[in-house]
Amino acid sequence: MRHIISVLVENKFGVLSRIAGLFSGRGFNIETLSVAPTLDPQISQMTIVTAGDDQIIEQITKQLNKLIDVIKVTDLTEKEFVEREMVIVKVSPPAEQRAEVLRTCEIFRGRVVDSSPKTYTVLVTGDDKKIGAFIELLRPLGIKEIIRTGKIAIGRE
Amino acid sequence: MKITGAEIFVNALKKEGVDTIFGYPGGVVLKVFDVLYGEKDLKVVLSRHEQGATHMADGYARATGKPGVVLVTSGPGATNTVTGIATAHMDSIPLVVFTGQVPTKMIGNDAFQEADIVGITRPCTKYNFLVKDIRDLARTIKEAFVIATTGRPGPVLVDLPKDVLADKAEFDYPSEVKIRSYNPKYVGNKWQIRQAAQAIIKAKRPVIYAGGGVILSNAAAELKDLAEMVQIPVALTLMGLGAFPGRHPLFLGMLGMHGTYQANMALYKSDLVVAIGVRFDDRVTGKVDEFCPEAKIIHVDIDPTSIRKNIHVDIPIVGDVKFVLTDLIREIREMQAAGETWEAIPRTWHRQIDEWRTEHPLSYEWDEDVIKPQYVIEKISEMAGENAIVTTDVGQCQMWTAQFYKFERPRTFLTSGGLGTMGYGLPAAIGAQMAFPDRLVVDVAGDGSFEMNVQEMATAVIQKLPIKIAILNNGYLGMVRQWQELFFNRHYSSSDLTGQPDFVRLAEAYGAVGLRAARPEEVEPTIRKAFETPRPVIMEFVVNREENVFPMVPAGGANHQMMFGADRKKSEGRLRVARG
Ligand SMILES: Cc1cc2nc3c(=O)[nH]c(=O)nc-3n(C[C@H](O)[C@H](O)[C@H](O)COP(=O)(O)OP(=O)(O)OC[C@H]3O[C@@H](n4cnc5c(N)ncnc54)[C@H](O)[C@@H]3O)c2cc1C
Ligand SMILES: Cc1ncc(C[n+]2csc(CCOP(=O)(O)OP(=O)(O)O)c2C)c(N)n1
Repeated sequence: MRHIISVLVENKFGVLSRIAGLFSGRGFNIETLSVAPTLDPQISQMTIVTAGDDQIIEQITKQLNKLIDVIKVTDLTEKEFVEREMVIVKVSPPAEQRAEVLRTCEIFRGRVVDSSPKTYTVLVTGDDKKIGAFIELLRPLGIKEIIRTGKIAIGRE
Repeated sequence: MKITGAEIFVNALKKEGVDTIFGYPGGVVLKVFDVLYGEKDLKVVLSRHEQGATHMADGYARATGKPGVVLVTSGPGATNTVTGIATAHMDSIPLVVFTGQVPTKMIGNDAFQEADIVGITRPCTKYNFLVKDIRDLARTIKEAFVIATTGRPGPVLVDLPKDVLADKAEFDYPSEVKIRSYNPKYVGNKWQIRQAAQAIIKAKRPVIYAGGGVILSNAAAELKDLAEMVQIPVALTLMGLGAFPGRHPLFLGMLGMHGTYQANMALYKSDLVVAIGVRFDDRVTGKVDEFCPEAKIIHVDIDPTSIRKNIHVDIPIVGDVKFVLTDLIREIREMQAAGETWEAIPRTWHRQIDEWRTEHPLSYEWDEDVIKPQYVIEKISEMAGENAIVTTDVGQCQMWTAQFYKFERPRTFLTSGGLGTMGYGLPAAIGAQMAFPDRLVVDVAGDGSFEMNVQEMATAVIQKLPIKIAILNNGYLGMVRQWQELFFNRHYSSSDLTGQPDFVRLAEAYGAVGLRAARPEEVEPTIRKAFETPRPVIMEFVVNREENVFPMVPAGGANHQMMFGADRKKSEGRLRVARG
């Protein structure tokens, strides 16, 4: 099963490599990973999406907790949470389909962030489902490039 | 007054109470070695290889319980420590390893003798640091010692760039440091401990499975109390040997791949396994499903990741063995006092265990003309006394020592269990003898392993350390040969060491004493002579070349299905049973 794990870490040199090394060294997989500083610039927040059975997830959270630079580990999957991911897609549709790109973008409440005579670059945020559906609708229109941020997530109050 | 980084380093070590540094100099750390020149309170042991220095520090740490300290130069000096660091990491041994580094401005430039040692050792240290500013130096050293020695101990590496060692700053050594993200838990959860106590007094076929954590926690006395109070038999892991007296009637011996039949059977048939400071290693459990299929498991460990890593645990207790056992014993006493129904462990359980003991005791076939390695170990065990410290290399020599030597006290058996590092024995013996100049220190070596750090003979001689090295010379990489005999059609591929040097003359070349025993009747006099000689001695025992370690659980097999060596009927009269 997929889990979204939120990790508070010391914002120090080498921390990312310690976390990545833990996953690769123990054969755990990382589906997505995002990192950024928190309000306290000395602390960073990571959101890691990973998969595994209960025993593996238990080991992942314990092993993360064991790292000296890790302050707190929360498995959001056990709680109510909100998740978002952002995707930016560069589409180069045939001339007669250009309007279709805009329409799709509108339906998904996306934005056009750049355009050229041959391409549109559009941005959408949402959960997995929404982003997946958006990409599927754009695919036949001619996706040139695609970039995703990986998930970020936060617990609900 | 401002002093240099090198001086801060030396002062900090003194504040930590360090008395011995194992090391090897080189360009970027010369400033430190210069400060150490003529230093009276800090002894520097110059090894002959940085791996040797690291194992020496490890041997020192295992024998004393204090952290071992290493100081080496950048690049190759640092990379040479990696095997030693990984060895300590696998066995949770506290080390603080200081490596020189190129000046901060040159880091990343492929500078001369630059190695990213922090990157290289990240997965095999408990933590590591690169000190980039002299103002962080003292506090970093403090943190390194704190992290290495608390919680689940382990090696910590501190990388010291040349300019940081040359810069100047005030020396202000913190007496304490708080690391907000590091808070090992020592006291076990009360409720869980009560659950454990209840399970223990209700158990009908309980067994204790204890290991390295008991030694690391200095809790051998508590373990003995618990076992005796409830009369629970005790099996130890390789790393645990010495944590419970080897001649105690409740002692089952080592469990696992080369463990005793009674230990493995007791776990297999148990209804309650009390696992204390162990990590359910695959050499211990064999096929996990058949390890202790009928048992409830209590697991005491300071590291939550050890719990439920390989096996389901019913009552996990995170905490330090000493604290948890003290509470657990009190809890059981209170239950006793409160008249809680106490179902004494049925005598049938102890009787059953005795049957297993007599069914397949540790044994070997005697030979009039050829030395049996097991006999050498028995003799050393008999003659060395309880206080002796024994180190080993890796392979058959190590397993025979684990099986046939009776360890009575903790910190008397130093061996590389988790990594299984050949070449560990000699330098570890040097480290232990540095810590305890007056105790007998014996290294049981394989002829293959011995050569992996043979250069440290020079260190032993120069330091005037009277260590005794018993080489069980079978002219093979014996453990490899055993597997090839049993599982690879006797294809002794790259395991024949024919062409070994003359170990007696080798000893003499180093300025040590060399003795050789080639017949069984020479064993005892050789050991006696070695023990009486106040200098480093190599005893070469020319042993039966194709002797095997039994019993044995083939890799991946179930522990209750062990292979035994000598056929008892065929070897009638020649079978020697290990003395209990
Ligand atoms: C050739 C060879 C053959 C081997 N065969 C066998 C064999 O037959 N049987 C066998 O047993 N081993 C064998 N080993 C050794 C094996 O590989 C492991 O090293 C060993 O079994 C691990 O021992 P342990 O479980 O006691 O754990 P250790 O590695 O000693 O780990 C200690 C555990 O205690 C915990 N701990 C540490 N400090 C504390 C504390 N203060 N309080 C509480 N918990 C603490 C740690 O977190 C860890 O989980 C063999 C090794 C070799 C090289
Ligand atoms: C550094 C290292 N290389 C290889 C091995 C694999 N290995 C395990 S036991 C063994 C044989 C050891 O032979 P020896 O030291 O002669 O001891 P014996 O088994 O004969 O007692 C080998 C090669 C190891 N454990 N360590």
